Amino acid sequence: MDSRSSDQDVRTPLPSTARDGLKIVIVGGFGVGKTTMVGSVSEIRPLSTEETMTQAGVGIDDGASHGKTTTTVAFDFGRISLNEHMVLYLFGAPGQERFWFLWDRLFAGTLGAVVLVDTDRLADSWYSIDRLEHHGTPFIVARNNFGEPKHSLDQVRQALDLAADVPLIDCDARRRDSAKDVLLTLVDHLFALSSARETAS
Amino acid sequence: MSREDLHREDPDRLYTVTGGRSRANESALDLVTLIVSEGDPVPGMQSEHVKILRLCRHPTAMVEVASELGLPVSVVKILLCDLLDTGRVTARHPSSAPVDTDLPDLETLKQVLVGLKKL
Repeated sequence: MDSRSSDQDVRTPLPSTARDGLKIVIVGGFGVGKTTMVGSVSEIRPLSTEETMTQAGVGIDDGASHGKTTTTVAFDFGRISLNEHMVLYLFGAPGQERFWFLWDRLFAGTLGAVVLVDTDRLADSWYSIDRLEHHGTPFIVARNNFGEPKHSLDQVRQALDLAADVPLIDCDARRRDSAKDVLLTLVDHLFALSSARETAS
Repeated sequence: MSREDLHREDPDRLYTVTGGRSRANESALDLVTLIVSEGDPVPGMQSEHVKILRLCRHPTAMVEVASELGLPVSVVKILLCDLLDTGRVTARHPSSAPVDTDLPDLETLKQVLVGLKKL
């Protein structure tokens, strides 16, 4: 593997014609396989960065740090060049509560989201699903499944209280073809939603 | 700089990097806005600006710039605004992203499907 420092890293540069960035967010609890999934389909080694948000306390105007709370959220990302102009960025984002304070700032304009779930820890996903619905972000749910599943997808759907029209599929985040299928399922879903709306209007 | 370094980063240094400013127009920069250098670094330039100009010889998303510099996204936004104001970089803003909570348009989705199927 390449051991050079990041400054010397063999980055795959985008073509000079690249001009239109797009986003898809993969949301899931800690250790569910978000980074693995990003890495399976990304043309670059997954990178990470973080964002901080400082909320000033009420009535504090002297610039001092007391009375402020700082939220820091780290997230991973990778990218896929779709054509000479369009670049799709995949973000792996933690679903924990503090993360959602930053959703609008970071992920406004997202095409849609994948909620990656682990059936042993389904409860971790409830909050993410609730928040995505609240933000009006279309999503699908993918169960990261290695080995024999303990529950049927119908049982998972019931446990998540998932609406019938939200796609729910199995995947293996380690496999490129499987991760690709997850993304295609999301975009097909978006296409269906967008078509239905155009027909209705 | 690794993430561990960033966690140990002295807030005062982050303050120095940005000159202590926050900017109104930074909200125009999205994570996936592509930044392109319009020239080479010049002597005396702040080291972060030098790094950005080198990195963005090819179009580079703001989030990639943040990751490569090991700085929070909000700090990088301010640095990029400096460079945008002085014309040293240009920004290619996302043009197909849905606005607000709208759904993406069908033409965009078709192109995304075609691109993904080629993977």
